[in-house]
Amino acid sequence: MNFDPTIPIARFENVGLRYGLGPEVLQDVKLELQPGSYHFLVGPSGAGKSSLLKLLYLAHRPSRGLVHLFGMDVATTPRDELPALRRSIGVVFQDYRLLDHLSTFDNVALPLRVARVKEDEVQRHVVELLAWVGLENHMHARPPTLSGGQKQRASIARAVIARPRLLLADEPTGNVDDRMGFRLMHLIEELNKLGTTIVVATHNEKIVERLGHPVIGINDGRINVTPGSGPTY
Amino acid sequence: MFRRRTDLPLDRDALSRFLPWLIAFMVYLAAMAQAGMLGLDSMSQRWSKDIGTSLTVQVPPVSGLDKAAKEKSIRRLQDTLNLLSETKGIIRSSVIPESRVLQLLEPWLGAGIAGDVPLPVLIDVETNPANKPDIRVLKQKLSAAVPGIVVDDHGVWLARLVQLIRTMEGFAALVLVLILASAAATIVFTTRTGLAVHREAIEVLHFTGAHDSYIADQFAWRAMALGFKGGIIGLGLALPTLLALGLVAGRIEQGLLPEISLGGVGWISLLVLPFASALLAWWTARATVMRNLAGML
Ligand SMILES: Nc1ncnc2c1ncn2[C@@H]1O[C@H](COP(=O)(O)OP(=O)(O)OP(=O)(O)O)[C@@H](O)[C@H]1O
Ligand SMILES: [Mg+2]
Repeated sequence: MNFDPTIPIARFENVGLRYGLGPEVLQDVKLELQPGSYHFLVGPSGAGKSSLLKLLYLAHRPSRGLVHLFGMDVATTPRDELPALRRSIGVVFQDYRLLDHLSTFDNVALPLRVARVKEDEVQRHVVELLAWVGLENHMHARPPTLSGGQKQRASIARAVIARPRLLLADEPTGNVDDRMGFRLMHLIEELNKLGTTIVVATHNEKIVERLGHPVIGINDGRINVTPGSGPTY
Repeated sequence: MFRRRTDLPLDRDALSRFLPWLIAFMVYLAAMAQAGMLGLDSMSQRWSKDIGTSLTVQVPPVSGLDKAAKEKSIRRLQDTLNLLSETKGIIRSSVIPESRVLQLLEPWLGAGIAGDVPLPVLIDVETNPANKPDIRVLKQKLSAAVPGIVVDDHGVWLARLVQLIRTMEGFAALVLVLILASAAATIVFTTRTGLAVHREAIEVLHFTGAHDSYIADQFAWRAMALGFKGGIIGLGLALPTLLALGLVAGRIEQGLLPEISLGGVGWISLLVLPFASALLAWWTARATVMRNLAGML
């Protein structure tokens, strides 16, 4: 994988995506994410925000066009090199996708364990991060017993625990109140300052305005990028 | 024994609750087939060793119970023994004692016939397997000297028996292979079901950067534990059955057949079965998962 700061984290060229034989839900997407950039992804429901993120976290291959991640063409990357790419990408899923049979702790620890990090380090990092997102008292609870907002925080913790180079968040504040919403956005902001490239899909206009990052707007499967206005406090 | 942390709730699958019993059943059958194969093999080996290395010469009695008849009998026996000892390729020839002959005939003629009936004299002849005498020439020579003499080299019926046993042995081996194949098929089926049930969780593992082998190992270790458990249960049921069969067979065969036995190596090879089933389960599950995941993105 390439750590060259001049190579974009992600590059899309004429990308189209269709599910099965359905219509193209993304058309002619041309996009570059520079290292350390932060974009919001906005658009009406069903516009294709989650679909664009799926291309970025390798859940789908494009039906046409080129997708490069970290300088590698995903269409020609050998299968056994995909895990390394994926470990550099943290994802907050719109529907959380926590594993119901594992405790909050084990869910958040998953990316570290998959990467075979030593167990004492796993303990340390996970406990620290769970405290940060306010779940220190729910470490041993299973996801079905958590509230929507708690699940959301657990899923954010899982996405960032392994310090990914690219963080993709699909509606990460959809289920929390504004205060927790800004707290979580602040965590993501901190990660961005440390160099993590960020894409956040959101319907929350308040957050978009306040943080003032560039915006990728999707409408009818086509994208349109507007530069950021800078933060307003 | 095989407790490991897993990310997939494999131990809660309904299938994994009855898999050990399926495996136990198959290991039980495998133990039977294997024991049968080994027993038959030792039997055929012992008997085929005897082909062509032993002869029985039967010197007919001279009719009459008077002194002259008895002397003639002794002379005939002497002639026969002389002829045998002169023949190249014969290592040893010994007269089977009359008491033993009576014992062998007892089931047919009843007890207490000693002295009443003229008995043939039986000579047990051991030949050199590396340098066998020509049986036909020997027969001619003996017949010329002693009319009515019978030379039996057991060859034909022993060869047929050994052939039969070998066939049964091959059949037992085939059964064993079929059992292994169906055990493997069972594991493939359970593993595939497990993959379908846990598809969502497997996807999450993939997205967090798990290699296929990380996921396959979880299935494989689980299958190995179940395979071992099933193997132990199956063997635990098979051993008493085999011991009981051995006792029954021992009572029937008495003196008629050489003892059917498994021998030390045979018993040890049975003890290997649970490990073999664990290994088979591990390998099959792993291969199934690897194959299945290779088709995912
Ligand atoms: N797995 C799928 N199979 C078929 N069609 C799909 C699938 N996922 C999404 N779609 C379709 O693709 C289009 C875009 O969906 P997507 O989930 O990307 O929208 P979105 O912008 O994330 O919406 P929301 O804001 O409601 O989450 C929709 O028309 C949807 O019906
Ligand atoms: Mg969506």
